[in-house]
Amino acid sequence: MSAVIRVEGLFKSHGTRAVLRGIDAEVNRGETIALVGPSGGGKSTFLRCLNGLTPFDSGAVHIAGLKLEPHTPTDARALLPLRARVGMVFQGFYLFPHLTALENVCLAPQHVKHEEPLALAERGRLLLARVGLGDRCGARPGALSGGQQQRVAIARALAMEPEVLLLDEPTSALDPQLRGEVLAVLRDLAQAGNTMLVVTHEMGFAKAVASRIWVFDEGKLVEDGPPAQVCEHPKSERARAFFQSA
Amino acid sequence: MKTLTAALAILCVSATAFAAPETGLARVRRQGELRWAGDLQGGEPYVFRDPRDPGKLIGFELELAQALAAKLGVRETFVQNDWSNLVPSLERGDFDLILNGLEETPALHGRILSSRPYFNFSEQLVVRRGAPARTLAQLEGHRVGTLSSSLAHAILRAHPGIAPVLYGGQEEPYRDLQLGRTDAVLLDSVIATRYGLTKPDLELADADVARASYVIGMRLADSDLKAAVDQALIELQQSGALAAIYARWKLPPEPTVVAQSSADEPQTRFDRAQVMLFLRGAWVTLFVSFLAMALAVPLGLLLALARVYGGPVARFCTHSYVELFRGTPVLLQLYLLYYGLAPLVHLSALAAAILGLGMNYGAYEAEVHRAALGSLPVGQSEAAAALGLSRWQSLRLVLLPQALRTALPAMTNDLIALLKDSSLVSVITVVELTKQMTITAVDVRSWALPGALCGGLYFALSYPLARFAARLEAKLAQTEEHVPAAALEVAA
Repeated sequence: MSAVIRVEGLFKSHGTRAVLRGIDAEVNRGETIALVGPSGGGKSTFLRCLNGLTPFDSGAVHIAGLKLEPHTPTDARALLPLRARVGMVFQGFYLFPHLTALENVCLAPQHVKHEEPLALAERGRLLLARVGLGDRCGARPGALSGGQQQRVAIARALAMEPEVLLLDEPTSALDPQLRGEVLAVLRDLAQAGNTMLVVTHEMGFAKAVASRIWVFDEGKLVEDGPPAQVCEHPKSERARAFFQSA
Repeated sequence: MKTLTAALAILCVSATAFAAPETGLARVRRQGELRWAGDLQGGEPYVFRDPRDPGKLIGFELELAQALAAKLGVRETFVQNDWSNLVPSLERGDFDLILNGLEETPALHGRILSSRPYFNFSEQLVVRRGAPARTLAQLEGHRVGTLSSSLAHAILRAHPGIAPVLYGGQEEPYRDLQLGRTDAVLLDSVIATRYGLTKPDLELADADVARASYVIGMRLADSDLKAAVDQALIELQQSGALAAIYARWKLPPEPTVVAQSSADEPQTRFDRAQVMLFLRGAWVTLFVSFLAMALAVPLGLLLALARVYGGPVARFCTHSYVELFRGTPVLLQLYLLYYGLAPLVHLSALAAAILGLGMNYGAYEAEVHRAALGSLPVGQSEAAAALGLSRWQSLRLVLLPQALRTALPAMTNDLIALLKDSSLVSVITVVELTKQMTITAVDVRSWALPGALCGGLYFALSYPLARFAARLEAKLAQTEEHVPAAALEVAA
């Protein structure tokens, strides 16, 4: 098993408030990590540091064979190869509303990887079919439900064939009855051997699907282990309190 | 700012220094044409469109120009120019002569050369029939109409008690006098006879307020041209050719005190030929508006991008541009571009019109695009970045297509506004729809029909535009796109 992500001494502060206070972690290829913990614990910030959407102050991130330095501007050209290898799914979907579902999926492979359009369109349709939306290729985001939009967003990220998929609270903006369809897609992806980091409040999903659970609290990674161990026998008092309330 | 002024000064000086030392007469002979300017809006009897054949010009000044050109051994070419801007246009070199009822006034001295007089007239005071105030002295405290930048205007200004009311054409002052909006009109005898005294409810109160002459205007540097023109005028006078022209146009050779209308009723009818002229004016309006917008949209986009994504210098520059062009009248900008910059860049009237309107509207488009870009959720650029799109790709493929959709209603609105604002370019000699309307209104002595047609044409231009934009918006807002059935089978 090889580490596809290695994080060393990651520090990040907003002004005087420390958001991440020294994170060390490793992720192996094919693992699914569920990032859980109380709000404001630093989960989402950590995830965004991994693909440079949020610059960090010190430490180092090695991801998908590339190294990310502190204070890298979010639009630096140096980040482009990294982002081509690390996919991201947002809480708010952020589909491009002027493009159809298929065009959303095909945009980046066409313009970043210069894939041949016909073959790409074919691949895009298959990806949409894989998330259960094979019949909605021509729909613009405005015509799709939240759950459908998030599944298109997942297909869009997968289209770049990323080595790592980062998912930032992918179901939090959805009504409870729509969460299931997205979680089902994520379960399939985990079983297919994709490397994923999922920030989530869905403890049932985390226990059932994740290979490891990370608990973030006050900018620190306080628990790291298999679901059974972390949930049943948390080492820290804070984690115990979190699981009781969750 | 000082550096800019200095640079402009150097440019001015060098432009003058390197100008060919060719004299005016030599230039006219080399070109083989005498370019003379007037305003067709001046109407009968100066120079105007032949009512029987609007493709042809007639008038006593046209005949005079033909006679002068023949004496100089060249052909004549008429240049249309707004009357009140004849002098600045002459100075910027648009033509060789002003030959269009230019009155000899002290204001001309030192600015341009004037020929010997070619026609003498008197300034005449016209009032409503039976009105009590019949002299300038009695009219103190009253409103008196006249043409702007005319000798009569200068005379009125010498009477501080009189409130002058200024007009751009010679028909409207008499209209307003009939309607009681003014109590008298002071204008020269040629105009008074043809436009004022033809109205039965108006009468001559003072036939000889002052005497003056029409002269031909030329540039200060063209002294040999002036000598040649003066010589030609003397010869035309001695041979009786000048008198023959005036006789043909029923113009008294000397100022007359006979208070009698000598003019026939207007002959111009509002017919098919006039409608064709209107359509041509509408075409110019459409042409100028669309090209100006085609300039304004990319310019505005560039300004908006510099403002949103640029560094401090770019932001300051674009901010200054926008505020400068929004904060000053577009009319002033057109004047400066066409007349003010004439020593540096010699733009054609059409080019100056398109550039001036385009640069002005560019400032407004910049704000439209800036607002549209600012309204996009930050998630859009984050999602684009997370996919590995470069900044430029993200802008081109994700942000701008959405911003332009948001901006579309505002842009349509601006294009429709521009369609009507384009009437301002008549001040820099472009004859578009509104200018054509004023010219025709003078020819046919009526505002009603030309005004209605003009309004109808503007509406006919702007309404389809609004409909088209509405349909485009609806199409862009569509959420479903047709996908071939075959594609669906493959996907399933």
